[in-house]
Amino acid sequence: MTTSRLYGIIAEFDDPTPLVDAARVMHDRGYRRMEAYSPYPIHQLDEYIEPGPKLPPLVLAGGLLGTATAWAMQFYIAVIDYPTNIGGRPLNSWPSFIVIMFELTILFAALTTFFGVLVLCGFPRPHHPVFEAPRFRDATNNRFFLCVEAEDPQFDREAVADLFSELEPLEVTELAAE
Amino acid sequence: MTVEEKQLTSTRRPEPDTGPAVIASGQTFAQVTEQISSTPLLRRRIPGLWFISFALGLIFTFVLLYSATYLLFRGVGILGIEIPVAWAYFITDFVWWIGIGHAGTLISAFLLLLNQSWRSSINRFAEAMTIFAVMCAGMFPLLHLGRPWLFYWILPYPNTMTIQPQFRSPLVWDVFAVSTYFTVSLVFWYLGMIPDLATLRDQAKNKFVAKIYGILAWGWRGASRHWRLHETASLLLAGLATPLVLSVHTVVSFDFTIAIVPGWHSTIFPPYFVAGAIYSGFAMVLVLALPIRHVFHLENLLTERHINNCAKLMLATGLILAYTYAIEPFTAWYSGNEYEMYMVHNRAFGPYAWAFWGVILCNVVVPQLLWFHRFRVRTKPLFAISMVVLYGMWLERYMIIVGSLHRDYLPSAWTNFIHTVWDNAVTFGSIGLFITLFALFVRFLPMISMYEVRELLPFSRPGGGSEK
Repeated sequence: MTTSRLYGIIAEFDDPTPLVDAARVMHDRGYRRMEAYSPYPIHQLDEYIEPGPKLPPLVLAGGLLGTATAWAMQFYIAVIDYPTNIGGRPLNSWPSFIVIMFELTILFAALTTFFGVLVLCGFPRPHHPVFEAPRFRDATNNRFFLCVEAEDPQFDREAVADLFSELEPLEVTELAAE
Repeated sequence: MTVEEKQLTSTRRPEPDTGPAVIASGQTFAQVTEQISSTPLLRRRIPGLWFISFALGLIFTFVLLYSATYLLFRGVGILGIEIPVAWAYFITDFVWWIGIGHAGTLISAFLLLLNQSWRSSINRFAEAMTIFAVMCAGMFPLLHLGRPWLFYWILPYPNTMTIQPQFRSPLVWDVFAVSTYFTVSLVFWYLGMIPDLATLRDQAKNKFVAKIYGILAWGWRGASRHWRLHETASLLLAGLATPLVLSVHTVVSFDFTIAIVPGWHSTIFPPYFVAGAIYSGFAMVLVLALPIRHVFHLENLLTERHINNCAKLMLATGLILAYTYAIEPFTAWYSGNEYEMYMVHNRAFGPYAWAFWGVILCNVVVPQLLWFHRFRVRTKPLFAISMVVLYGMWLERYMIIVGSLHRDYLPSAWTNFIHTVWDNAVTFGSIGLFITLFALFVRFLPMISMYEVRELLPFSRPGGGSEK
């Protein structure tokens, strides 16, 4: 189709079952650099498509940073920067600091989760080679796509296209790299 | 074991087959997309009731703007507050709105952790309700400050006055709790909406509209690695939001319990407030869901089961609340404290007895109708009961706040609270703002989570049968 550099070969399916079958076949043949596109999460794909980076450790770190920030801020203000005698209580009356420590733990962890997803997904990414696939708009509606990327060490244009054609896709397309 | 069987058993979310279906059968992916995206993309007529609610909401928003401007211009003296009743309508409104928000978080976070798939069609607009309710709530303490333009003095920041907030005060805790709650709810709501915004981007025929939704969707393309991150993030946020929601109303109740006013200084307040919050929140969910379901013809997605479950949860939280109403006089009597005992007597037979008996009627007596199935599933009676509960919950906070403050320790300070037109104007104005924001949400954003509804369709799981 095109002589320019390839991003990969993408196949379109109209049902999740052939998509998962295709992912399994490709995985069995040793392809690892591939990605499925679906209008909702399909957990069966997890077996065949290698996971990306992990979010939970980041979120834990964010939460702990929130706890530490809240304690440090309150300790600094209440003990060092602006000590006030409230009913003779100790300046470092830490039990009353717990509430804000809790709140900032949640706040920092939640913001880390949100921005973590955006960063780990590589967003914002308004343009991507897969958007060029025909009918890819329906990947957010009722179509399912599997793309084997050209960066895969054993990628071979004909072999991948042949494998796909055995899996009864609606269409197989070669995608140009950006 | 064939491949299909293996895949079926590895499905992570089994569908417990109890009661009526979560959504009506015989729907396809494309139909779900079309039905939900047709309103934001203007592919079908916006119902007349939407215009009526939007217009009404807008009128009351202008009432709010006018009265808030006048309040800023003249000061809080235009309100009915007076020492000792220095807190009245505005703090009642604040607690009421914050409480309403809580059911949204409960539906989106708590029910997600419990794997309750029926939440999928109502979580989006319940979360929207939370955000708009917290926006309305946040306005009141600010307007209630003597000099609202100096609100930032409550935040810790280096300043030329070399003063700092006092972290032993629950009012400072409240600032952190409410702003955290708003931020986390917003992030949770928006993150959940990104895949659906991508659907709107891809479905939009108009280039400009596609561009707007495209920017909001960040370039979402439904990649399985992204879905995995998205699901992990949803679970993490749900796990964070669940204790948060309990903490927020707990902190709000600390505003009262840490003070030594009789009727406030009580250890039962945190659970009491949280139960009341969720109770009023479910009432608001129903007040919004019932008309929307009818007007936008969403009966196939918002089924009898959703309505029934919400009504049951409302009944359950209402019973918890009734229990705390019963415990309050007991604690007062058992403590042997004469101020507490006077407060209980005065609450039931004093100048604000009407509020107390109103609360009992609206929050305890009327909702008992929900024991009957027909009151839980029929639109009109359920809508009426929910409205009664919403009013009852407002009255409850009024009873707690004004009912306790007007009889201080010193009889020489006793006065009754008389509200002014401005108290009412801002209160009704905030309801107008809420309706306006909600109407805009329904018009411009996917009000039901499309990708989660797709997951509920029988052929959504590989090996689960074909769409055709």
